[in-house]
Amino acid sequence: MSDEKLGKVAGNGLISRRHLLKVGASGAGLALSAGALGADQGLSFQIPTWSRQPGPGATAYGARSPFADDLQRLAAQPNPTYPGGGSSRSPLQHLQGTITPNSLHFERHHAGVPNIDPSQHMLVINGLVRQPLAFRYEDLLKYQMVSRIHFLECSGNSGALLRGEIGGSAQSLHGLVSCAEWTGIPLSTLLDEAGVLPEAAWVAAVGADAASMGRSIPLTKALDDVMVALYQNGEAVRPGQGYPMRLFCPGWEGNVSVKWLTQIKVTQEPAQFRDETSKYTDTLQNRSSYQFTFPMGTKSLITSPSGEMTLNQPGIYQITGIAWSGRGSIRQVEVSADGGKTWAEAAIQGHQLDRALTRFTIPWEWNGGDAILQSRATDSRGSIQPTRSDVIASRGTLSFYHNPCIQSWQVGPAGEVRNVYV
Amino acid sequence: MFKEFLCSVFFLILAHVPLIANSQESVRLGIPVTEEDLLEFDLIAPPDGSGFPPGGGTAQEGKQIYDVNCAVCHGAGGEGTSGNTVIVGGDMQSEGPPLRTVGSYWPYASTLFDFIRRAMPATAPKSLTNEQVYQVTAYVLFMNGIVEEGTQINGDTIREIEMPNANGFIDRSHIQ
Repeated sequence: MSDEKLGKVAGNGLISRRHLLKVGASGAGLALSAGALGADQGLSFQIPTWSRQPGPGATAYGARSPFADDLQRLAAQPNPTYPGGGSSRSPLQHLQGTITPNSLHFERHHAGVPNIDPSQHMLVINGLVRQPLAFRYEDLLKYQMVSRIHFLECSGNSGALLRGEIGGSAQSLHGLVSCAEWTGIPLSTLLDEAGVLPEAAWVAAVGADAASMGRSIPLTKALDDVMVALYQNGEAVRPGQGYPMRLFCPGWEGNVSVKWLTQIKVTQEPAQFRDETSKYTDTLQNRSSYQFTFPMGTKSLITSPSGEMTLNQPGIYQITGIAWSGRGSIRQVEVSADGGKTWAEAAIQGHQLDRALTRFTIPWEWNGGDAILQSRATDSRGSIQPTRSDVIASRGTLSFYHNPCIQSWQVGPAGEVRNVYV
Repeated sequence: MFKEFLCSVFFLILAHVPLIANSQESVRLGIPVTEEDLLEFDLIAPPDGSGFPPGGGTAQEGKQIYDVNCAVCHGAGGEGTSGNTVIVGGDMQSEGPPLRTVGSYWPYASTLFDFIRRAMPATAPKSLTNEQVYQVTAYVLFMNGIVEEGTQINGDTIREIEMPNANGFIDRSHIQ
């Protein structure tokens, strides 16, 4: 098949994102292997048993198909010196669209998940305010709320790439990012009610978990777009995400979106909590360390084909992945099949929202030879996703938080896909 | 009859006023409290020494508390039992990757008191008294060679302690 006929747009088999739209309906030139009839492929046209008898009726709470129940988050082994601490990662390589199901949203806990009775839970606002206030959960439900679709990414996501970890999947390397519709009360509404004093410049947010985890957030952000989130994808925020309420800071490192939120203290200076000094800071090669790195970078990742998958045979594959930026929407995603030598623009599939996951896709013909698949995002501010070498050149390898670098997936001769560094 | 009608119209209007107001302004259901109400609830202990409870302690007093409650994970001398539990030693200027501990990395002594009080010991957070938290704070600082064995740590003295890596951080909070 000629490159021209397939609409090749970049090296090593990338096909125009528009090409499938033109030929997709007939499938001309795109069939994996022509000629085989359905019966030869093992297809049966007998009426199946489930079409011959009624199934069970409606249920009070839904469950997924037993044929699709192997999809799991990947949780780290428990650590006896860190009870309840650790994370679980979203199975990015098996998800489609841009919204993460609540059961598969990544988690990161610092002292386990508290079992909070909302009638016994309070949100307190104190410090540099005219009137310190305590809010009951049932009262917060009466406030006017807003809904926004945003990604949430742990600062430590993709850190393994800076450590040079061998192997890994989209889930194990990058699964600390998810996306949901969050509904809650703008924090500014509650701060206005308490009356922020003029000398205030920061707020300290504290959770009701066993670690009483705290983070400091500049007041400008707190008054801008931060919300006290009560719902996630339409249902009450789940315990693993902060039930009955969490802070949500759009675009910023996940740790500042404090779960099980119970206190907002308005202050002049940051509180200098453990998790903004000892942790979530990045030491540079010259041994000074970045502190308060808040917005997550411009980033993308091919989720299929991706690490630990196998391509069965040469032919046409639909490359797909996700892109996001902590400081805007995704303007463009480019894909390379030759390790970054040539690039082609991918098609955006669906939403292209501010600080939300954006799905991209591009057809690719694997000829059975070596290929290195990469994606590169550009956000609405023109910021371009850096390579791993760019990141290492600018800050070295002593830190692993806040890494937005390009992921390289190598396709080997047997179709095996693995994480590589180019 | 007409008077009654006028009356009900009047009440109807009255009843609708709050609804109109609510659509533009918040419902304002916060319950007023005082900072005194929050003395045990508010655990934030920042570098300026505010928020520190009365009392204090020394490393001498803290050794026994540490041995009983902390050493099982952090080791008898703070050498740790796994990567993330080392709290003593390290040097940010070392040739290889620096070992980041309370002594080598943490920029503020206040963070130590704040964190121990809210989150330690990991198996029983908030089980130490404020006095014991002061004592253990003093002992961890002493093991790192930052204070003397008899130095009194309290809300006043803690803000005077200069941590070795105090100037090692670049604040990036302006990038939003």
